[in-house]
Amino acid sequence: MTELLEATAQPTPDPPTPDPMVPRVFRVERTRQDTRDTYTLELSPLDGEPLRFAPGQFTMLQAWGIGEVPISISGDPHGSGLLEHTIRNVGNVTRALVHTSRGATVGVRGPFGTGWEVERGAGGDVVFIVGGIGLAPLRPAILHVVRHRDQYGRVVLLYGARTPDDILFAPDLEHWQDDCGIDVAVTVDNAPHSWRGRVGFVTSLIPRAGFDPLRTTAYVCGPEVMMRSSALALRDRGVAADRIRLSMERSMKCGIGLCGHCQLRELFLCVDGPVLGFDRLEPLMSRWEL
Amino acid sequence: MTIRSLTETLPEHPFFQGFDPAVIELLAGCARNIHLRPDELVFRTGEPAQHFYLIREGRIALQVPELSGGSSIIDTVEAGDVLGVSWLVPPYRWLFDARATVETRAVSFDAECLRAKCEADPAVGYAVLTRVAHIMHRRLEAARMRMLDVYGVRRA
Amino acid sequence: MTKPGNVARTVMLDGLQELIDALLGRGYTVFGPTVVDGVIDYRPITSVTQLPQGWGDVQDNASYRLRRRDDDAVFAFACGAQSAKPVLFPADELLWRARLGGAEPEIERAVDDKPAPPYAFLGLRSCDLAAIGIHDRVLSSRQFGDTHYALRREDTLIVAVTCTDPAGTCFCVSMDTGPVPRSGFDLAVTELYADGPHRFVVEAGTPRGEELLDQVASTAASDEDLVAAERVGAEAAARMGRVLDGTNLKDLLYDNTESPVWDDVASRCLRCTNCTLVCPTCFCTSITDASDLTGTTAERHRVWDSCFSEEYSYIHGGAVRESGRSRYRQWMTHKLAAWHDQFGSSGCVGCGRCITWCPAAIDITAEVAELRRLAEQRQRPQEARP
Repeated sequence: MTELLEATAQPTPDPPTPDPMVPRVFRVERTRQDTRDTYTLELSPLDGEPLRFAPGQFTMLQAWGIGEVPISISGDPHGSGLLEHTIRNVGNVTRALVHTSRGATVGVRGPFGTGWEVERGAGGDVVFIVGGIGLAPLRPAILHVVRHRDQYGRVVLLYGARTPDDILFAPDLEHWQDDCGIDVAVTVDNAPHSWRGRVGFVTSLIPRAGFDPLRTTAYVCGPEVMMRSSALALRDRGVAADRIRLSMERSMKCGIGLCGHCQLRELFLCVDGPVLGFDRLEPLMSRWEL
Repeated sequence: MTIRSLTETLPEHPFFQGFDPAVIELLAGCARNIHLRPDELVFRTGEPAQHFYLIREGRIALQVPELSGGSSIIDTVEAGDVLGVSWLVPPYRWLFDARATVETRAVSFDAECLRAKCEADPAVGYAVLTRVAHIMHRRLEAARMRMLDVYGVRRA
Repeated sequence: MTKPGNVARTVMLDGLQELIDALLGRGYTVFGPTVVDGVIDYRPITSVTQLPQGWGDVQDNASYRLRRRDDDAVFAFACGAQSAKPVLFPADELLWRARLGGAEPEIERAVDDKPAPPYAFLGLRSCDLAAIGIHDRVLSSRQFGDTHYALRREDTLIVAVTCTDPAGTCFCVSMDTGPVPRSGFDLAVTELYADGPHRFVVEAGTPRGEELLDQVASTAASDEDLVAAERVGAEAAARMGRVLDGTNLKDLLYDNTESPVWDDVASRCLRCTNCTLVCPTCFCTSITDASDLTGTTAERHRVWDSCFSEEYSYIHGGAVRESGRSRYRQWMTHKLAAWHDQFGSSGCVGCGRCITWCPAAIDITAEVAELRRLAEQRQRPQEARP
C-alpha cells in the first residue's frame, strides 16, 4: 500500500522563493518549433535546483525588461530536471520568449496554482478533452497517467485543433495511442482535401469515446467556450460535475493572489485555480464578462 | 437475403436505437448495403439528393470545392453517424461533396422510397424527422462553435 | 473607546507636540494631516503647526471643499483626500533590479527612495484604520504576501482619532467601521474643542502606545472629559451623510448581474479610475518592466492598477471585461460581495472617497439602493391592476 501511494504521489511542488515576486534565472537549453506559432522551450536553473511542480501548475515566465506572462508547464513531472514550457506567440512578451536564443536566460517565478490532481482519477476511467494549445497544460497529467497506466481504467484523449498543421505534440499523440494504451481521437475545425482524419468540433467525439460516466474523471483544457460545452456534454452523459476539472485562463500579473487581475467573482484563479471543478465554475462560466 | 441481414444490423445503428422494430423493418425495404473505396465520391454538390446513408464503418468527408481547384473539408462523419439531410428538405439537392476518406461501409436508403413511407404513416415520418432534427441540431451547435474559431488568436 | 484597565489621559496641544517629538526621537517618519494642494492629506510632519488647525471639509458627490472653521480644532475634518494607502502601499514600488551585462543576470531586491520606515500616523480616522486592517488581511495574512507592504507595516505606529465632524459622503456607521476607533491603534485621540479648553482625551491601545503616552505631559482624564469624548463620537455617528443598506448585499449583487442598473451607471461612468485610486482598500496592481537603452539593466515595478481600465482584464486578443457595465459591476461586486468570500468582511469601509472624487458624481450607496429597488420590484408579485 505504501509503495502504491509512493508510486502515485505527485512530486511535491517547490515552496515559493523567499520573495515570490523575485524570479529565478533559467537558461534556455533547447527551443523547438512545434507548429506555425507555437514553440517549446527547455530551461535549466542556473542555481542547479530543478523546479518541481504538479501537473497543471504554471510559472510566471519573463523576458528581461519586456514583461512576464503566466505559462503552464508542459514537461514531465517525473522528468529530467529541465523545465518545459510550450508557448504560443500571440503578444510581445510571448514573441520575445519564443525567440529567446539558446544559452540566453529568462526569469521564472513559481510554480503557482492548483494542479489537475490526476492521481485522484486513479481506479476509474479518464477522459482528457483538449482544445488547441490546451494540450500543453495537460501534457504533464497525461504523462503521469502513462507512467501509472495500470492504475487507470479506460483512458481517452479527445483533441480538437484548428487545422492539421496546428496539431501539437504529434509524436506524443502517436506514441500514446500506439504504445501507452490511450485512445487518442483527433479532430480539426478545418482541413484540406488531403486530410484523412476527422473534421468537426471536439464535443462530437464525446458520444463515441466509450467511457463509463459514473466512474470517469475528466480533465478539460482549452478555450473557455470549448471547455464549457465539453463540460456540459460530459455532465449530460452522467459525469459528476466535481469530477470534471477545467483549467481557467485570465490576465495574471503576480501569480500569487495579490494583483487582483485574475479574479472570477470570488476566485483568484492564480491561487484558487487555474484548475477547478465544474461544480464550482459552472455558475461563473454562464455569465458574460464576469 | 439482403433485406434479411439489414433488419438484423439496422437496429444496432444509433440512428435506429429505440425505434419500433416493425418500423425498422418497413424502412429496411428502402435500404441496401454499400461499400466505398478511399477517395470514392458518394455525391456531388448540386446533384439531386436521392439517398440517405447510415455509416457503419469508415469515414466520409463533406467538402466544398474551392476556386483554386482544391477543396476543403468542413465536416466528417463516421461509424454511427448519418450522412445527408438534403433528401428530406426540398428541393432535395446536395449542398456539399461527400467523399470516403478510408474504406467505408454504409447503408444507403432510397430517398423517394423513404419519403413515401414517411408520408404514408405520419408516425413513421415523425420518428424519422425527430431523429434527423436532433442530428441537425447537434451539428449546427458544433458548426457555430467552429465559427467562433475558438483556437484562433482572438482579435479585439 | 474606554476599555477596562485603560486609563485615559487628557493632553493639551503642547502635549501633542511632545508626542510628535517623541515619535521623531524614536526614528519615526510621522505622517499627519496637513493642508496641501487645496485638500487635507497625510504628509510627513514635525510640528502641530502643520496640522489643519481651523480647517474643515465639505464633501458631496463630485465635490470637495476646504472650509474655515470657527474654532481651533486640528482634527475636525471628515477624511483626507487619501488614506494611509499611498504610504503603506505606494502607487509605484520598485520590486527588483537586474544587471544583465554579465554572463549571468544578477537580481537584487531594490531599495527605493521612499521615506524611511518606521512610520507613525497621527490623526488617522477609524475608516482608514479599518482599511489598514483589511489590507493586512489581503496583503499579509494569506499563503503569499506583499513583502514590501509587510516591511512597512510591521513597525507602523498609529495614533487614531475619533471623527467628530463627518462629511456628507460618510457612511462608516453603515459599514460598522466608525466613527470611533475601536481597535488597531497604539493611541486613540478624541479632540474636545466645543466646550472648555482645546484638549485631547488620549487612550493607549498597546503597551507601545502606553509607553509613548508616558512621555507626554498629561493629566488623568476627568469624568467630564470622558463623558464629553463619548458624546462627540455618538454625535458624529448620528450625522452620517450617507447610508448603505447592507442587508443580503452579497446575494443581491451575485443574483443581479444583468440588472439594468449596470447599464445606467455605465452610461455615466467615465472609467477614469478615480474611485479605485482613492479607495483605501482597492489593492489591484500591475507590473511594469523597463530596461535601460543599452539593455544592461532591467527594473520591475509594481504599480497601482484599476479594474476600470480595459487593459486590466486583457488576455491575448482582447479584454474579458470589454463593456463599462461589466467593469463597474466587477468593482462593486468585488468590493461589497466577493470580498466577504475572499477575506471575511466587506471591502468597503464607508469613507465615501469614491463618491467625493467621482467626476461623474456616481454614488455607490445610491447605486446599491437602486439595484435593490429594481430587484425587489422584479420579485414582487404582479399586483392586480385596476
